[in-house]
Amino acid sequence: MNGRTTPSQTVGPFFSIGLSWLERLDLTEGATGGSRISIRGRVLDGDGQPVPDAVLEIWQADANGRYAHPEDAEELVGAGKFFGFGRVPVNDQGEFRFTTIKPGCAAGPDGTPQAPHLEISLFMRGLLRRLITRIYFPGEAANEADAVLARVPPRRRHTLIAKADVADKETLQWDIHLQGEKETVFFEY
Amino acid sequence: MNPLRGYRKSAPGTQPEYLHPSYVSSVKRAPTQPLIPLPDTLSEITGPVFHSGIVADGAFDLTRQGKGEPLGERIIVSGQVLDEDGRPVRGSLVEIWQANAAGRYLHKWDQHHAPLDPNFAGVGQTFTDGEGRYRFVTIRPGAYPWRNHANAWRPQHIHFSLFGPAFATRLVTQMYFPGDPLLEFDPILNSVPDESARHSLISKFDWTTTTPEIALGFRFDIIVRGRNATPMGR
Repeated sequence: MNGRTTPSQTVGPFFSIGLSWLERLDLTEGATGGSRISIRGRVLDGDGQPVPDAVLEIWQADANGRYAHPEDAEELVGAGKFFGFGRVPVNDQGEFRFTTIKPGCAAGPDGTPQAPHLEISLFMRGLLRRLITRIYFPGEAANEADAVLARVPPRRRHTLIAKADVADKETLQWDIHLQGEKETVFFEY
Repeated sequence: MNPLRGYRKSAPGTQPEYLHPSYVSSVKRAPTQPLIPLPDTLSEITGPVFHSGIVADGAFDLTRQGKGEPLGERIIVSGQVLDEDGRPVRGSLVEIWQANAAGRYLHKWDQHHAPLDPNFAGVGQTFTDGEGRYRFVTIRPGAYPWRNHANAWRPQHIHFSLFGPAFATRLVTQMYFPGDPLLEFDPILNSVPDESARHSLISKFDWTTTTPEIALGFRFDIIVRGRNATPMGR
């Protein structure tokens, strides 16, 4: 039987009852290397108002740029090993925070390395499909050669790069603007 | 290492646009700038591999999670998860959540005038088997009033969340019930442009899973994206 992909529908306003059992705000379990980092931010709607009902999912490589998945590194799949998945809800003020390790450079198109990044899925009431975006790291030389960032208009690239916090070297700031002048870059795949 | 293959785009019309003005919540939350197409990279063709041990025994049966039995019409919801090429999606996490028989969610923000059921939380999980099949036992959810427009009611529905084999195949959707008079008025269901794609969200009454003197069966098959035929460069 061949078919067509089932349509996406919104998570609606009450998704937390179904998704909170798998919340995962600390992704560092099982990591054998990589610098520990926290990322915090806010989700803001088209009026600049905080979104109090959103959830982010994170998917990332380990410190060596390898994914715990049979199509990259099957030997990394297993209980107690670095997993790379996070599920992070916002609070009533639209704020989120999670802790992970900075990934290495995963393989990109045509064998070129990608700059370190986190894949992000964003779900909320009002989104009939998830939004896909990425978090890149500030001051990272590999950003210049990254094939995905190269596809983004230069004036919008900054929306994908987390900001360093001068007071706290282990914390980065990354806000999601759904609309407006600062609108975050979203991807289709 | 074997060559890796990317994922095909979903067929035109099968997926909603982000902005669907009759669904009012989309207006301030849909992106306004064009989406940037991602190339095939390992980041999208890999994804979390969950171990089935994370799901509690019995998490598939939403009627046995309280001290007593929940009120309402017991139903069996089952189906097969396949990709677009008909390959079963095996050992994959499926999460559901829903309102109770009175149309009320066990959520602090749902305060509408309908009773909670102390024996029904409306949350379940399971993993697909070796043929991509899943099965839940639950209660038929009630219709639910919302404030999208005057006298707005959501048709009866169950929320489904699936991962499939990759980041690319992540899917959150809703299952509806055949014959529900609210379907034609629902802006969320009707955000799907293609008629047959919309109909694929409506479960089918199923004699083969209907269990005598126990429960009606409804079948809901789910299809996730398929792979490209041509290996991508590495």
